[in-house]
Amino acid sequence: MSNLKVIAPAPHFRSGESTSSIMLSVVAALIPAVVISFLVFGPRALLLEAVCVAASVLFEYLFRVIMCRRDNTIWDCSAVVTGLLLAFNLPVGIPLWMAVLGCAVAIIVTKQLFGGIGQNFANPAIVGRIFLLVSFGSRMTTWAAPQGYFGVDAVSGATPLAILKDPSLGLKPLPDMLNMLLGIRGGSVGETCIVALVIGGIFLIWKKVITATTPVVFLATIVVLSCCFGLNPAYELVAGGAVLGAFFMATDYATSPVTESGKVIFALGCGVITMLIRAFGSYPEGVSFSILLMNILTPHIDNLTRKKPFGGVVK
Amino acid sequence: MPSLFSKALNGVSVKHCKNTASSAAVRMPVPDKVVIPMIQHMGAPCEPLVKVNDTVTVGQLIGDSNAFLSAPIHSSVSGTVTAIEDFITAGGDKCKAVVITTDKLQTVCPDLTPPAVNSQKDLVAAARACGLVGLGGAGFPTHIKLNPKNLADVDTLVINGAECEPFITCDMRLMLDKTDSIVGGIRLVMKHLGLKTCVIGIEGNKPEAIEAMTKAVAGLENVSVLTMKACYPKGAEKVIIYETTGRVVEEGKLPADAGVIAMNVATISKLYDYVQTGMPLVEKMLTVDGGAVAEPKNIIAPIGTPIKDMLAFCGGCKTEPRKLLMGGPMMGICVTSDEFPLLKNNNAILAFDEEQCRPVKETACIRCGRCLRACPFDLAPAAMDKAYHMGNVDKLRELKVNLCMECGCCSYVCPAHRELAMYNKLGKRLLREAK
Repeated sequence: MSNLKVIAPAPHFRSGESTSSIMLSVVAALIPAVVISFLVFGPRALLLEAVCVAASVLFEYLFRVIMCRRDNTIWDCSAVVTGLLLAFNLPVGIPLWMAVLGCAVAIIVTKQLFGGIGQNFANPAIVGRIFLLVSFGSRMTTWAAPQGYFGVDAVSGATPLAILKDPSLGLKPLPDMLNMLLGIRGGSVGETCIVALVIGGIFLIWKKVITATTPVVFLATIVVLSCCFGLNPAYELVAGGAVLGAFFMATDYATSPVTESGKVIFALGCGVITMLIRAFGSYPEGVSFSILLMNILTPHIDNLTRKKPFGGVVK
Repeated sequence: MPSLFSKALNGVSVKHCKNTASSAAVRMPVPDKVVIPMIQHMGAPCEPLVKVNDTVTVGQLIGDSNAFLSAPIHSSVSGTVTAIEDFITAGGDKCKAVVITTDKLQTVCPDLTPPAVNSQKDLVAAARACGLVGLGGAGFPTHIKLNPKNLADVDTLVINGAECEPFITCDMRLMLDKTDSIVGGIRLVMKHLGLKTCVIGIEGNKPEAIEAMTKAVAGLENVSVLTMKACYPKGAEKVIIYETTGRVVEEGKLPADAGVIAMNVATISKLYDYVQTGMPLVEKMLTVDGGAVAEPKNIIAPIGTPIKDMLAFCGGCKTEPRKLLMGGPMMGICVTSDEFPLLKNNNAILAFDEEQCRPVKETACIRCGRCLRACPFDLAPAAMDKAYHMGNVDKLRELKVNLCMECGCCSYVCPAHRELAMYNKLGKRLLREAK
């Protein structure tokens, strides 16, 4: 019997899950929102998403090649998720070169320069979005109103949150709740359809890719604080990027705490900062800033909430 | 049982693969040659007591040691000693091994008589004379387990019938086929050690065994059967003690410090059989399975039987095995050759085919937290992996890598395929060397 080639450490059974299978589950969870973005904002939404995904994967590939990293990590599909999430956070009319620049910031600066997958301290898509927001403020806040399947009205439309914040901005009245849930409103490409995002989020919880802790605590905090600040909790919940952020951005593995109690603190912090920015800040939306700020605190939250080992004795 | 409000220990749901559950153990014919290593237990190796060309009989003492933590070794066959050779165990320890060419007569050693057991001291002496060690896998000498320093504080006997490793069914068969020996052993130990209660823990995926044991202990006072959720690793000592009694065995302590003596069903049944017959531990019931095995089944084989003979008895291999395991797929050790012999604490031989050993590539940790949610002891495998690779001994100590029992749950769930259990093992060694 000379063919006993495999000598491996125990265990000799594995669950069969892999990084790429997890990332593909996230992509699958985002598909309903991709479809809705096409229906609401037209084919340019699909173009924007395709360009962001392609650019993110390309940047990841080029960086690994140029830095002579032997393992090329594009097959783990994490760059696909980053590209898609960044596209979801952009207005449909943004010039494509700006979107590509955002992808470069997300993949190269935020992720690869810190060591690649799992090593980044901030969510790449969020940093990409914030970079574009502070660099190209007017293009990032030029919202297209939804116009059926085709054609985009590039000048009209404000996001419901902006209308809520300053009613004089609104060229149109606030959309009714049904349209808000279905995503027929102004806003970023992927954030508008609450129904599609919640379906995707529940899919991820069912697949055990994420736990319900972060989204539930994040969204509950928004509801409670909007009541405290005298705002309409239902609109605060669905009018901005809170649902997209709570299910898909604040649950990013690398940049959020690993323990459940840590996730509670993290999500609570996200909710509080979001509502403080919305109620008292100069920006109408604060989800991305809140997640970025809590990303920075994540290592400390992890240290604070480490579980006590079973039978462990403090010496 | 832990209270309803206390935390359940983590674990993982593994495929059971209990293919041999309906196969009652078959005794295999005596092989041409057996190789009996002088270390088959936790502790010091034995010194061979026989020379080349000596004639030996079944049950004859062939190895012993004066060390505190050790257990004597007996010949499993009758025949002639043909060599005393150097041997390297699957774990990498070096010792001597006695090679016996069998005469197939299985002449029993004339000195063997059933011991008279009238006290705890007698029982401890009997366990030592039997060469008995923990047959669940750890191989801890039973005579030491039965002789705790604080015997007066020990009140509970925990019998481990969990058998949480996939594939292995020999303990389940034992509970069905040798129920009386198990019950006899329980009565023996409870009587002479003065234990008040006994709990038999069995995983819920073995309803026949639960039924048989429940029926068998029905007449006994303070002996109960507890059905545990089938969730690996329920059979780990600290885990089953917590599940059955709610007690926590603290860091650096023994089960006896928590008032518990925990024994595997196979160990307790062998103890009873020895007291009845005087035949020491010379054969072992085990499961032979895996994708490459033609007829997976439970067998009873003499200790020292080479793996190739056991595989041949199970119909040989239908495909060339790529991986040979001693033990279950979660904690079993790979062996490099099918000449490797059966040891006392082996409960399975698994021959995996190509399909069952697809190599996986290790990638970077994505901080998903699955290892934290899987670890029964609430350790932080990913953090220990990082600390080990940075050589950070202080961090490893702070993270309590020493508490890891190497159950493998962390590696099992890791989507980045990191060998977390192996890094814990290496981290433990790093910590020991630094002390």
